[in-house]
Amino acid sequence: MGKTLFDKIWEAHRVMEIPDGPDVLYIDRHLIHEVTSPQAFNALKSKGMKVFRPERTFATCDHNTPTLHQELPIGDPASAEAVAALARNTSDNGIRHFPLGDPGNGIVHVIGPEQGIVLCGQTVVCGDSHTATHGAFGNIAFGIGTSEVEMVFATQCLMQSRPRQARITVDGKLARGVTPKDVILYIISRLGTGGCTGCFVEYSGEVFRNMSMDGRMTVCNMSIEMGAKGGIVAPDDTTFAYIKGRRFAPSGEEFDRRVAEWKSLYTDEDAVFDMEYRFDAADIRPMITYGTNPGMGVPVGSAVPDKAVGCDGPGFDKALAYMGFHKGQQLEGFRIDYVFLGSCTNGRIEDFRAFAGAVKGRHKADGVTVWLVPGSKEVERMIEEEGIGKILKEAGFELRQPGCSACLAMNADKIPEGKYAVSTSNRNFEGRQGYGARTILAGPLVAAEAAVTGRISVPLSFEGAPSIA
Amino acid sequence: MRKITEIHSRAVLVPTENIDTDQIIPARFLKTTSREGFGEKLFYDWRYDADGRMIEDNIIDSQMKERKCILVAGDNFGCGSSREHAAWAIADAGFMAVVSSSFADIFRNNALNNALLPVQVSHGFLAALISAIRSDPELAVDIDLPSQSISAKGVGTERFPVNGYKKECLMKGYSDIDYLLAHKDSILRYEAERDA
Repeated sequence: MGKTLFDKIWEAHRVMEIPDGPDVLYIDRHLIHEVTSPQAFNALKSKGMKVFRPERTFATCDHNTPTLHQELPIGDPASAEAVAALARNTSDNGIRHFPLGDPGNGIVHVIGPEQGIVLCGQTVVCGDSHTATHGAFGNIAFGIGTSEVEMVFATQCLMQSRPRQARITVDGKLARGVTPKDVILYIISRLGTGGCTGCFVEYSGEVFRNMSMDGRMTVCNMSIEMGAKGGIVAPDDTTFAYIKGRRFAPSGEEFDRRVAEWKSLYTDEDAVFDMEYRFDAADIRPMITYGTNPGMGVPVGSAVPDKAVGCDGPGFDKALAYMGFHKGQQLEGFRIDYVFLGSCTNGRIEDFRAFAGAVKGRHKADGVTVWLVPGSKEVERMIEEEGIGKILKEAGFELRQPGCSACLAMNADKIPEGKYAVSTSNRNFEGRQGYGARTILAGPLVAAEAAVTGRISVPLSFEGAPSIA
Repeated sequence: MRKITEIHSRAVLVPTENIDTDQIIPARFLKTTSREGFGEKLFYDWRYDADGRMIEDNIIDSQMKERKCILVAGDNFGCGSSREHAAWAIADAGFMAVVSSSFADIFRNNALNNALLPVQVSHGFLAALISAIRSDPELAVDIDLPSQSISAKGVGTERFPVNGYKKECLMKGYSDIDYLLAHKDSILRYEAERDA
């Protein structure tokens, strides 16, 4: 029987097998940030140990950082200490750190690929559930807890049970105005927020083959939102072209040699998955969520349903009560208060290009607060270089500085209680964007439309079927 | 790590499905660099209003008037963020086991790494257990790790999965990091072979 792409990478990184237990896996790349690493550094220090392979670990601060006036000291003392602790710990252990304001700083899952730290066929971990993002390059990438961060520090290894495997195939062509975010929100709405728990997912088919790396990262990023341990896309010429020339990527003959190796990273034709799901690109429309988990999604224009996959118990009614919505309610035209463009899901240059393309020549709606937060300093630089900043300014928008921002509201960017936010981030959980905040997840085009109309609306560029029952 | 063999306790019921780690511990409490004291913040936004006043008759405190060591939760418990603070908060509040019909993968690992036992039962057993605790909040639940079984009067007994390695770790108080450090030779050998 053939092997899956996942099998090939897993087996190449297996140091040991424990009978009736997990495998010991070697970790190629360890990304860290200020929230989930300090307790691991403390534990290591208390054992009198240092990081075993510091050259395999890269650090950035992103969760606690402000998105205005990054040149000033951080106002919140607890956030300031978390950021300072990361600087001390990385310096003590010889780990490369991209501090606030550094041209390499940004959200951990944006800078990893952007700096060429993350390549193909690797094991990549981070104390952050959205680590699945790096699967877009054909990696086994997954989020870990702080005890596991400590294990990687101490031994460059982790103990992991081999997950089951699922393949999600989407063939056909996406309509204009349908973004990668809509694709993954659609998939999660069909499979449910726990639909892939215990599984590693490979995304395959025409839609992903034709997708850019930024798009594949958006899709893989949200694998965790259906419970998957990670998501992976087989690397191809699009992947290799993205990596070439990046700061920490191999160059010259070494790059060519690695590409030759990476070309063997695909699932064999006769490999068998535990689960197979197939969807048709033509069925996918611009999506929004109406509830408090990412599986509670519908196409813009559809009414709020009376149940969701994996959420048909007391949680469903509780979610609608929290959101202030009712079953059968039409959300198209619903007035919103905030728009957030950013996060490790949709904070990359293509998201800003899409948003700017949609708002060009139009103007920000009165009464709507719009936060545009680049995923990294590099994205911020490209926004200015490409003239996107000018388009946004003319349309009445201001750009903030890079970081996780309102995705989880650990800094000052909190959506106020009861307010509605159209957000390009990844989670609509109760209180995620601030105490009592009501999150409507969407892609960058639906966010742009909300920013200029103040309402939930179908993107102007959408060219799919005009209505849905 | 503490050792786990048998747990005999009344249970706290949080029957909602898909309870995410932002509910277990909101992100604004993750700024500390210590791993202590998270128990007070467990399910914080279900227990306190915007001004920090305890909500009367909230689902958690109304059930926690005496110490209980078992949390019984709806399907897909612990989904969302990888924050180990969620497992720390539950363990710090005195719980030794969480019972549900499924657990998010990262939460499950985090729980096991903190001697908090995830007990995965069938949907039918969970529904029966929830209903039995609703009609008798004083109902005692028994969890026995050596035989991997959970039982309660009027509900019956069911076996739950845990691999042999983890079971031994939990019963003897061993942790993964000790295992890995004890096998550093194998790790060095792997590195040498790969670079060769």
